[in-house]
Amino acid sequence: MDERVESTITVTVNGTRVTRRIEPRMHLIDFLREALGLTGSHVACEHGVCGACTVRVDGEIRRGCLTLAVQTDGRTVDTVEGLSDSGELALLQQAFHERNALQCGYCTPGMLLTAQALIKEHPEATREEIREYLSGNLCRCTGYQAIIDAIETVLRTPHA
Amino acid sequence: MKPSAFAYARPRALAEAFALLEAHGENAKLLAGGQSLLASLNMRLAAPEILVDIGAIPGLEGIAVKGKTLVIGARTTHRAIERSDVVARHAPLLAKAAPHIAHIAIRNAGTLGGSLAMADPAAEWPACCVALQATIVVASRTGERRIAAREFFKDLYTTALGPGELITAVEIPCAQPDERQAFLELVRRRGDYAIVGLAARARIKGKTLSGVQLVFLGVGVTPVPAKAAMAALEGKAADAAALGAAQGALDEDLAPGADLRDLYTSAEAKRHMARVLVARAVAALLG
Repeated sequence: MDERVESTITVTVNGTRVTRRIEPRMHLIDFLREALGLTGSHVACEHGVCGACTVRVDGEIRRGCLTLAVQTDGRTVDTVEGLSDSGELALLQQAFHERNALQCGYCTPGMLLTAQALIKEHPEATREEIREYLSGNLCRCTGYQAIIDAIETVLRTPHA
Repeated sequence: MKPSAFAYARPRALAEAFALLEAHGENAKLLAGGQSLLASLNMRLAAPEILVDIGAIPGLEGIAVKGKTLVIGARTTHRAIERSDVVARHAPLLAKAAPHIAHIAIRNAGTLGGSLAMADPAAEWPACCVALQATIVVASRTGERRIAAREFFKDLYTTALGPGELITAVEIPCAQPDERQAFLELVRRRGDYAIVGLAARARIKGKTLSGVQLVFLGVGVTPVPAKAAMAALEGKAADAAALGAAQGALDEDLAPGADLRDLYTSAEAKRHMARVLVARAVAALLG
């Protein structure tokens, strides 16, 4: 059985196949930020508590700090950059802007990815359900009300 | 907050995983969803020489009913269990407990077998498996063995898994038609580890309870079956007197000498919370 101290991985990131040689200990979030220069997703607590590093793996949100890059070999990863370019986050981004749902912006990429997962899964979510869904994403600026307002705005918009 | 260096292997078959475990012994760690392991690697609480990623081994995932048994593959994610209609029908306790596990992004990756092998005393699945009288199926190079959940959790983060063994599945007796199940937790914030939690089930005829199981989490180094409280409710009408007796019996189950406290909560506060949860659980079972 092959035991590797370096691994070559091929991952489809934001629609583009990339191949890199990495150490197995490299987190997915560091792979995205440092190897690929995609610094939209942020790093904060590095033990799964804060949600700043939230990205998508095969369409599901994940903690970028609790995922090894090597585990995503052959898989699809989407970040805030790709989902912004595709327009998938456009309504949320507009609502975050209009409802003042960010201040320093550090948590925002993670908030957007989690909020978009909620919108796809629970289009009828109540404010309480929005809070619960977002409970794994910490914000130290806004006190959350404006973030919930923004997500609720999108959910209640007929074309969302 | 970055792990120390390790080698990495991604076996494609159980036999390859067993060979790696045999070659590296205690210097190897199994990687499934990684939601507990990576946090401990990041904080350098663990520094294995090699991670054996079991993510590519076929046959370890999925939910199925075989006869009167619900079989859940070890690598099935918390989220898959949470969303499964089959689980909701045959082991509703698991469906009720799943939303209490961490947060959605973590439930998308973390696995049933990983949580059981980790054996965190505040984790939900170990207490649920004990309450459901589940069987943990483990495999090694020399074959398979089945371990009753109540025999599986030995001590803090310590299980009956031997060297070279890994969990392949969990077998759970399907709920009886007259059976009710409830899962309750007290936490400071959504998604935090429970201060105290309770996995409860009973068969109900009228208001009479039988086959009562009350298993606590967060009040000891392993899941704690509240044997005296269970006995106080067994075969009784669930009225105020029986409930009072069960709550009183918790003083025996969660004895003053037992190490109930954690960093933030005293033993007496936990005992109080346990009494509150028993009352809520009985109400939920009857509801």
